[in-house]
Amino acid sequence: MQETNISAKNFEQCQKCSLCETVCPVMANNPKYAGPKRSGPDGERYRLKNGIFFEDSLKYCLNCKRCEVACPSGVRIADLIQQARIDYGRKAPKLRDMMLASTDQMGPLAGAFAPIVNFSLGLAPVKGLMHATIGVDKHRTLPKYSSETFVHWYKKHAEAAQDAYKKQISYFHGCYANYNYPQLGKDFVAVMNAFGIGVQLIPEERCCGVAKIANGMIAAATRDAKINIEAFLRSVKEGREVVTVSTTCTLTLIEEYPELLKVDNSEVRDHISLVEQYLYKGIASGELKPVWKDGFKARAAYHCPCHQERLGWGIFTTELLKMIPGMELIELESNCCGIAGTYGFKKENYKVSQAIGKPLFDNIAAVAPDYVACECETCKWQIEMSTGVPVKNPVSILAEALDLEKTAAANRK
Amino acid sequence: MPVNHDFDVIIIGGGITGAGTARDCAMRGLKVLLIERSDIATGATGRNHGLLHSGARYAVKDSESAEECIRENKILRRIAANCVEVTGGLFITLPEDADSGFGLDYQATFLEACNKAGIEARAISPREAIQMEPSVNPTLIGAVVVPDGSVDPFRLCSANVTDAVLHGAKVLVYTEFLDFIREGDTILGVKVRDSRTGETAEYRAPVTVNAAGIWGHGVAAKAGVKIGMYPAKGALLVFGHRVNNVVINRCRKSADGDILVPGDSVTVIGTTSTKVPFEECDHMEVTPDEVKLLLREGCALCPSLASTRILRAYAGVRPLVADDSDPTGRSISRGIVCLDHETRDGIKGFVSITGGKLMTYRLMAELATDAVCRKLGVNKTCTTAETPLPGSMDGRIESVSKRFEGKPSAGQKGAAGRQGDMVGKIRFDTDADKQLVCECENVTLAEIKYAVRELGVSNLEDLRRRTRVGMGTCQGTLCIRRAAKALAEALGKPEMAEKLAADYLDERWKGMRAVGWGDTLREMEFMQRVYKFEKPYSYDEV
Ligand SMILES: Cc1cc2nc3c(=O)[nH]c(=O)nc-3n(C[C@H](O)[C@H](O)[C@H](O)COP(=O)(O)OP(=O)(O)OC[C@H]3O[C@@H](n4cnc5c(N)ncnc54)[C@H](O)[C@@H]3O)c2cc1C
Ligand code: SF4
Ligand code: SF4
Repeated sequence: MQETNISAKNFEQCQKCSLCETVCPVMANNPKYAGPKRSGPDGERYRLKNGIFFEDSLKYCLNCKRCEVACPSGVRIADLIQQARIDYGRKAPKLRDMMLASTDQMGPLAGAFAPIVNFSLGLAPVKGLMHATIGVDKHRTLPKYSSETFVHWYKKHAEAAQDAYKKQISYFHGCYANYNYPQLGKDFVAVMNAFGIGVQLIPEERCCGVAKIANGMIAAATRDAKINIEAFLRSVKEGREVVTVSTTCTLTLIEEYPELLKVDNSEVRDHISLVEQYLYKGIASGELKPVWKDGFKARAAYHCPCHQERLGWGIFTTELLKMIPGMELIELESNCCGIAGTYGFKKENYKVSQAIGKPLFDNIAAVAPDYVACECETCKWQIEMSTGVPVKNPVSILAEALDLEKTAAANRK
Repeated sequence: MPVNHDFDVIIIGGGITGAGTARDCAMRGLKVLLIERSDIATGATGRNHGLLHSGARYAVKDSESAEECIRENKILRRIAANCVEVTGGLFITLPEDADSGFGLDYQATFLEACNKAGIEARAISPREAIQMEPSVNPTLIGAVVVPDGSVDPFRLCSANVTDAVLHGAKVLVYTEFLDFIREGDTILGVKVRDSRTGETAEYRAPVTVNAAGIWGHGVAAKAGVKIGMYPAKGALLVFGHRVNNVVINRCRKSADGDILVPGDSVTVIGTTSTKVPFEECDHMEVTPDEVKLLLREGCALCPSLASTRILRAYAGVRPLVADDSDPTGRSISRGIVCLDHETRDGIKGFVSITGGKLMTYRLMAELATDAVCRKLGVNKTCTTAETPLPGSMDGRIESVSKRFEGKPSAGQKGAAGRQGDMVGKIRFDTDADKQLVCECENVTLAEIKYAVRELGVSNLEDLRRRTRVGMGTCQGTLCIRRAAKALAEALGKPEMAEKLAADYLDERWKGMRAVGWGDTLREMEFMQRVYKFEKPYSYDEV
């Protein structure tokens, strides 16, 4: 007799309990969106019958994965939706989507002209132009591109010193740390080095592909995924775990590669960790010895990004931050910020995106912290733009709170 | 008691045979009364496999049936486009078939027989077969492609009834035949009872047609006529979604559980064949042994069935007839049986039409109508082979969907798939009308209102047959109260809602119980939690 019931992405395991609908941030704010149940498992049944049942409204899904966290039946709802968009939404991506999606190609281009690009992106007339011509919402502050990439800085200032460390890891920096916010990468290197760990880059590193997947550029995403996984495999074989700083990149590397791109990552997935998880485990086991600065004081509100909720690793971040003497950590109620990668940048999504984030913004305003602690770069854009409260990556907070020299001395022995 | 003389012909039984006969008679200008004791399509017509045979299954043993099938297959594709799906079919040969004498030699015999019967059949390589239908058992050693398809029995039956009414026929559902009115050897009409109110009535016509399926045995007996019927039960399992898009058969002697048919949003494996007593025909239940057998054989066709969720199990009774020429009654004909009881038994004004198949209903109706016309002295030719059915004038869902302004919603596409070109009659006036009542099957409030208004619905089972409401994964758990409320209001009896829902859930529960494990068991738990069944079921019961 039947031992188990299984189906692609578990769509048939759906009991129709509708729990997922109660947590979907888009459904609550956009009447055009049919919600996770109908777009996911319900829709899948009818799409299998006839592709004509594919609904355009699937594009409103943020891929925040909150539905998957809530589902008691293990249905990979958001994956079903992304897969359907890949399989049935055959329309060619717009130029705008391609620009927003190619974070690795736009990065180098924009980076070379960063001061000009940043300057012109900030001016009202140009913003208006983008709204009209390529559909990037004019209310958006676009992510700034930095003039010196992280990789460039690393080669100049850090690379030479790394081999001296006994322990080594491979750092998957992601596009954001490289092009938009190299300080995050610099903080990462500083913290790792203080703990006696050498940081190696992955020469073949490609964009994780999340934005390409969201915007339907599947072939390109798959090509990059294969290159990344092969590079990770070499690193792991040489004894270096892969450490990341971006929740979304990590979820993509671990979950979306096999599920959506059909790229097998089974040999490396257990060797990929987020920096917070990596450090927490090291410190908790006594292997890494932090020495904290005297007199550090901060009041931080922790916002758990959706993809961190899905990974289930938020606890590592909060426990790590709570170790810092002088840190008052307030955990914000779980709520999507509304940006979801490139989603909130699109003109048609701006209003919904802001409505989704509103409870979070209100909550942050009520708590009035010194800053928000959050691992995700796109949440950072959204929260800073919408609340004016600065957002810091936990790694950067550690870099501030640790006495780096004393920590280095403690870990040298 | 009211007596009514207004008809040329009375037809007993609202299955596909009765519906088709009513349409044909009405199209030939006769005044028709159709009576059905329950809802239309509640006998074998509502409980079969829905295979649009190419005839290949019969080609080797019964070339006459095979030729009949392929002719009707082609006709139905033309006249019932919205009720059939031209999926194509595969007859696969497995390694174990070769061991039992049905290897590739048999495939060659099979191919030849198909081609002789006029069935386009073509052998393909195992690799091509897997490409064509990825779910097929990959160990196959050979495959033949044939023009099989699937047919939605309810839609087909309903379209025939609708067209009969459009041609002036009167249709009385929930009206049970009790006895004949007769004078000597002549049948003058029927006595009936409204099964909802208990009221009785009489109707008269010069000819009465017995199209009561397996129950035709009893109907004939009332006229003092014996038809040697053979009730053959067949059980089937419904899987939660479309596992295959091409019909899969085994290329060997016909056996239990050797056909997998994709129909609407599900896949169905069938069937078994067991003789049952007449008393059981009204209460079919699927046994655990039947479930096991169907699963085992199903997995040989399509291994992924081993882990696919089963929604429910059901069974029907084939109205088979023993050959008149065989006094032992053992030799069973699968062919069409049209009996003029005047020439056969000396009873005037009485015709029986039975046997056959769902997909040969049109031919059966033609034969029965020819017999009726002969008796009435009417000289009109049959046109049903050329005239499309309502709902099927405008092709299938793809073309019908284009009729909506702007982009059709999921509910509108769902309706287009089910109601075909009749979808124009569904009124999506308000926002509430566009809302889905049943989310599994994309049924809107508007479609429910349409069904009540135009398709004669009096309970949720009737509504289910016309719209698929509550037939999806949750088997009504989520939607049935909404549907009950909408139906009760549309019927103008809002106080009935509660009872309508309870009756419906009872029926679904029965079908789920036979396959109550895994996800279906979880669904049952959920259903129970939501509706708090008075008597909690125990695990040994399922
Ligand atoms: C398990 C199974 C699988 C099958 N698979 C297929 C298939 O894949 N393809 C195919 O073409 N065929 C298939 N068939 C055959 C097909 O279902 C039948 O041949 C066909 O439905 C018979 O239709 P009918 O109208 O003659 O009988 P029915 O559908 O049984 O109709 C008889 C009607 O008469 C009514 N009635 C009975 N007594 C009275 C009364 N006293 N007063 C008023 N009304 C009364 C009943 O309620 C019933 O609705 C299958 C049959 C079974 C059982
Ligand atoms: S991924 Fe997020 S936006 Fe998409 S359906 Fe799930 S909860 Fe809604
Ligand atoms: S939460 Fe899971 S089981 Fe419940 S309706 Fe949503 S997908 Fe289905």
